[in-house]
Amino acid sequence: MLQLRCPWCGPRDEVEFRYRGDASVSRPAGDASLAEFSAFVYARRNPCGWHREWWLHHAGCRMVFQVERHTLTHEVRGGDPP
Amino acid sequence: MKAQADLSRPARYSAWRLFREALRGHRGWPRAWRKATPRSGYQVVIVGGGGHGLATAYYLASRHGIRDVAVLERGPIGLGNVGRNTTLVRSNYFHPDNIRFYDFSLRLWEGIERELNFNAMVSQRGTLNLFHTEAQRDLFTRRANAMRLLGVDAEAVDRAGVRALAPLVDLDHGRYPVLGGFLQRRGGTVRHDAVAWGYARAASAAGVDIIEDCEVVGLRAGGSGLDGVETTRGFIGADQVCLAVAGHSSRLAAMAGLALPLESHVLQAFVTESIKPVLDCVVTYGAGHFYVSQSDKGGLVFGGPIDGYNSYGQRGTLPTAEEVAAAGLTMMPALARLRVLRQWGGVMDMSMDGSPIISRTPIDNLVLNGGWCYGGFKAIPAGGWCTAHLLAHGSSHPLAAHLRLDRFAEGRTVDERGIGPWPYLH
Repeated sequence: MLQLRCPWCGPRDEVEFRYRGDASVSRPAGDASLAEFSAFVYARRNPCGWHREWWLHHAGCRMVFQVERHTLTHEVRGGDPP
Repeated sequence: MKAQADLSRPARYSAWRLFREALRGHRGWPRAWRKATPRSGYQVVIVGGGGHGLATAYYLASRHGIRDVAVLERGPIGLGNVGRNTTLVRSNYFHPDNIRFYDFSLRLWEGIERELNFNAMVSQRGTLNLFHTEAQRDLFTRRANAMRLLGVDAEAVDRAGVRALAPLVDLDHGRYPVLGGFLQRRGGTVRHDAVAWGYARAASAAGVDIIEDCEVVGLRAGGSGLDGVETTRGFIGADQVCLAVAGHSSRLAAMAGLALPLESHVLQAFVTESIKPVLDCVVTYGAGHFYVSQSDKGGLVFGGPIDGYNSYGQRGTLPTAEEVAAAGLTMMPALARLRVLRQWGGVMDMSMDGSPIISRTPIDNLVLNGGWCYGGFKAIPAGGWCTAHLLAHGSSHPLAAHLRLDRFAEGRTVDERGIGPWPYLH
């Protein structure tokens, strides 16, 4: 069981949260190429190691926030407002 | 010493041979495949000795005459996802392209034992999907019709039919009563280890080098693509490199500077203690994510959804285990009497549209077989067949033309569930 630290509610169990994906991707500017937009929507680094990601405090304050989590050890650090 | 003399010569398995070996104390069985040591270079190097890698090598050698092939596996054969799945095979998809592809796979499964001369325990015991609402019934009917239009078997089953097929199912559950089921009789199970061993043995006999304990640590770039692969056992040159590494596709592709439309997720599986036969088809639950079958050894093998966040840990967390158990007990209350013997996890390469990738890549001589989500096992024969075709001819097999990597950029995704680029939801 993971324990995530919600910036508003503090540490809570995994079951209260919903995963919202990789937080390292950012939307390119409006005049970016098709390849850049396609990479934004589909391509992921998917690292085996530290991963910055979005979580939604679904069963709590419903804040969306970022944490860093290790994808092999499941160790978590951070919990900062976006 | 007698056994060693036989090592280079794979013996054909037969009832007669079994009888003869039984009289001789089973001392005459040779190894199923050669323990090859890597040569300096090959025409094709396949990274990953799982089901898809071995099947690709086998069909390259047996169908395309390309025998200068090496399969590199970082550990022993059979310990990756090919030995971690729940052994189900079926072709009950919705998209016509997917139905054709997976049904080709199912037809290859039907002849796999003769093809490989290996007892893979193919058991077409039927796959029954339960539905609990009228909307769900309509959705399954639509899927069954799509299958039947392509000549694939599918049928609707009423409550009495469900009771006859799976008496343990609680038809009259207060919240999720069963209205009926969607049955593919040709679906079923195949012994997963035997698939790995059978393909390895047949590929090795056809001249393929299967190199175990050989981890790829880098891809060496060359003039027009890759020169070969750096491994823990030295550099191995290759005219073509094929990645068939399931959950680790992104890591290998990153060595070549590619970012793939994949996320790696953990999928758990469970098996109970062995009991007498109680369930002779595969049943999936419609009101939650749960599926179950009974292995030939007697244990109930079951699983549910992925844990839902990127992970390379081959172990699951408890909330998903609890969710799976709750769904299982709602569907079959009698399961509460059983104890779970083992629980494990495998790393899935979840693709952005939920469909696999068999494709050339932006790197000229690098081919990718991946993105199998949690449907990799059933696709092994067709995946290997189509990947071998791609390596031999340089163009996609017609059955896998929709599985190219460029479909994402071109907006031709094959979104079986219709939920868009969210791999953790597929």
